[in-house]
Amino acid sequence: MKQIKIGHISEIESMRSRVISIGDLEIALFKLSNGEIKAIENKCPHKGGKLSEGIVCDHHVFCPLHDWKINLKDGQVQEPDEGCVVSFKVEADPESGDLILYVEDQAYKAS
Amino acid sequence: MKKKLVLIGNGMAGVNCIEQILKLVPNRYDITIFGSEPHPNYNRIMLSSVLAGDADMNDIVINSWDWYRENNIILHAGHTVSSIDTKRKIVSTESGIKVPYDDVIIATGSLPFMLPLPGADKKGVIAFRDIKDCETMMETAKTYKKAVVIGGGLLGLEAARGLLNLNMEVSVIHSNKILMNRQLDETAGIMLQKELQEQGMKFLLGKHTEKILGKERVTGLRFTDGSEERADLLVMAVGIKPNMAMAKKSGIEVNRGILVNDFMETNIPNVYSVGECVEHRGISYGLVAPLYEQAAVLAKRLAGLETDGYHGSVVSTKLKVSGVDVFSAGQYLDDVDTRAVRVQDEFGGVYKKVVIRGGKVVGSVLFGDISDGARLFSMIRSGEDVTGKEKEILLGSGGSAPSNADLIASMSDDEIVCGCNGVSKGAVVTAINEKGCTSVNDIKACTKASASCGGCKPLIADVLTYVLGADGVKTVKEGICGCTTLSRDEVVDGIREMRLTTSKEVMHVLNWNNPEGCSKCRPALNYYLGMVWPEEHEDERASRFVNERNHANIQKDGTYSVVPRIYGGVTTPQDLKKIAEVAVKYEVPLVKITGGQRIDLLGVKKEDLPSMWTDLDMPSGYAYGKTLRTVKTCVGSTFCRFGTQDSMAMGIEMEKRFERLSTPAKFKMAVSGCPRNCAEATIKDFGVVAIDGGWEIHVGGNGGTKVRVTDLLVKVKTEEEVLEWTGAYMQYYRETGKYNERTAEWLERVGLDTIKAALEKKEDRLALVERIELALSLTQDPWKEIVETDKLRTTFENLPIPTMN
Repeated sequence: MKQIKIGHISEIESMRSRVISIGDLEIALFKLSNGEIKAIENKCPHKGGKLSEGIVCDHHVFCPLHDWKINLKDGQVQEPDEGCVVSFKVEADPESGDLILYVEDQAYKAS
Repeated sequence: MKKKLVLIGNGMAGVNCIEQILKLVPNRYDITIFGSEPHPNYNRIMLSSVLAGDADMNDIVINSWDWYRENNIILHAGHTVSSIDTKRKIVSTESGIKVPYDDVIIATGSLPFMLPLPGADKKGVIAFRDIKDCETMMETAKTYKKAVVIGGGLLGLEAARGLLNLNMEVSVIHSNKILMNRQLDETAGIMLQKELQEQGMKFLLGKHTEKILGKERVTGLRFTDGSEERADLLVMAVGIKPNMAMAKKSGIEVNRGILVNDFMETNIPNVYSVGECVEHRGISYGLVAPLYEQAAVLAKRLAGLETDGYHGSVVSTKLKVSGVDVFSAGQYLDDVDTRAVRVQDEFGGVYKKVVIRGGKVVGSVLFGDISDGARLFSMIRSGEDVTGKEKEILLGSGGSAPSNADLIASMSDDEIVCGCNGVSKGAVVTAINEKGCTSVNDIKACTKASASCGGCKPLIADVLTYVLGADGVKTVKEGICGCTTLSRDEVVDGIREMRLTTSKEVMHVLNWNNPEGCSKCRPALNYYLGMVWPEEHEDERASRFVNERNHANIQKDGTYSVVPRIYGGVTTPQDLKKIAEVAVKYEVPLVKITGGQRIDLLGVKKEDLPSMWTDLDMPSGYAYGKTLRTVKTCVGSTFCRFGTQDSMAMGIEMEKRFERLSTPAKFKMAVSGCPRNCAEATIKDFGVVAIDGGWEIHVGGNGGTKVRVTDLLVKVKTEEEVLEWTGAYMQYYRETGKYNERTAEWLERVGLDTIKAALEKKEDRLALVERIELALSLTQDPWKEIVETDKLRTTFENLPIPTMN
């Protein structure tokens, strides 16, 4: 497991998302209205829609292509659709506000 | 030098007033707020949801700590103000804080009315008013079993329901024989009682408490008739009284509440009051809507804007107890000079009553089915004359569609009932049988059938009837989305009447089920708010669909398309050259002429959008938005031998004048220079066809999913008249259309005659034009705005790839 510093908490607006590419892997980082940061793969399991462009409601995002609803905490697709998106652990340093992303070594090597 | 404003009371009414002041005059005041509770402003109405377990404490906060910080408001939470020195203009707290003021607002709300019974000071005797009371109830439920609520009104029943949810046994004591007798007549009260008994509540009606029993902690209570009831927890919910002790002590005139005039002014200059602590024209209100109306008046007053003042409110009540729908408004009891229309169905559990005096609806009670509530409430408020139509008020609506059971029976299981989402009849039947779906909404949530275009809803309803029988199907009133049961009109009325200007406010005040809404209601609310309050509402980018947020059309591979504005489809060699050069520079994979007479550059990467717009230096064509798309034109009299008028110039003028404005759905226009109609104006939302000596205006056409030919709205003579009708028609659509409803559906829903009547008088048209021009004056080209604003531009870029070490 690698820890990567990927930016600052202020770089993402509330209820919006920014994207980071690590090799072939694209990760969408979301800032919830309560300030928490969540990270999931930027790819809807349905038709590959860019989840970073979806509307964020509480801790869910709605895919912009066909409105699938995905839980940002665990990547689970909500009923009546089914599936799961890979989620990543991400933390904001309470002092500096730096964002630290945790990824598997393989993903990191791919870059 | 800013003036100093002090708010005493950190609750819904006072803080709402501050929010409105900040919107009207953001820099006038330095603001200080005092609140007795150690919390930021929260939605007190939702306390019953917290008890019921539907929401947690954080969900009900309206203004977070951040809000106070961001608006530079000094908040003293947990400090109770003890007095106002109105001569020296200083507010003091019990804890010794002293703050001077130029203006002070008293919004101390109300206190629960505690019956002065012997033993009322025992442990386990509480009110139901704030977060602390909720916490006590939840804590008590862990170790004790039996709760008694004194008070069978709105508050008491909500508390009782919450305690049931906490697994306590609950008895409700009420001095009257009828529950909620302040809102309900006998019939409705008895129906309510039966329903709640089925939910497990016990009732002791017509009982008066004499004494609270127990040593240190309550163990029970004795009534005046000598009988007793055991209790481990006693909740007093008999009512509230204005909290005015501090005001009275400070020399402010009070009666039952703090006395104010129509401008929320007390008898002392610079001392104002709003909310439950106030008595206005003899009435103190305990519901949020009137309090927000008061707050709006005071905000205008303090901002120095003109206001008619507050003239009192007609209030309506809805009971928030799960599984019970009750509505009450105005004068609900019969009187010697009233007559009523009643519908009562004890088998279906439905009761409706409308009270009429002198030809006008003055009150109503609804039980079981409250879908007519908003309509009746608006009739009460408007005071319209219903003479001769009394029966239609209740009996005119309703009536269910005939059953098509035979048709459904003949369908095979794999036959598709919802074409958009590919849901078969078999899948719907399975959802009914195995997942317990009993309504179209349930089916939608379980299978997605009817979730997209909604055209199959009647068919789904028939399948439900076929499987469950007519009695098994629940007809649930459908709101604008799954987050609410309110209709478009109810939501927009709420926004107007309570001056709500952010979607967060709407969702709190109108009791949304989901704290931040969903992908359906968020864009809709953003549209309605912008339409009602073009100046006050700040567009919420986080509530916009991707296309409207990024001002480009997302394609299935995540790239975007770019369509610059080409007014009326008329371009120049210079512009064409510029577009070609940009297409080459950014290696645009596909260049296509669109159906709307312009050029589409497809396959553009998101991060290239801003620089491409810079290079193009042309306005956005809004090919992605719910707004005016294009105005298609034919050549017209400039070159065409048949042309009777200059259709190109007309189209260009219309496009320039009405571009950029948000509409409920996309809006297409066309102008043809003669009745041969080469611009296909008769399948557009708004089509203009030139005739000899004038113009025909056609409306409500659609060339998409369901082709619809326009209806003729009017014939006019001059170009100015065409523009006047265009503006008036568009604005009327903006003000009455449902979000996502094209004009073709809208016209069929409201009726051509209604639209004609609304636009018939010149003064009405000019008023609409004035409103649309105000909204238009606030728009700007979005591409330019993004290119020139760093904060917006960076949202188009990925975060930099981290350097690996």
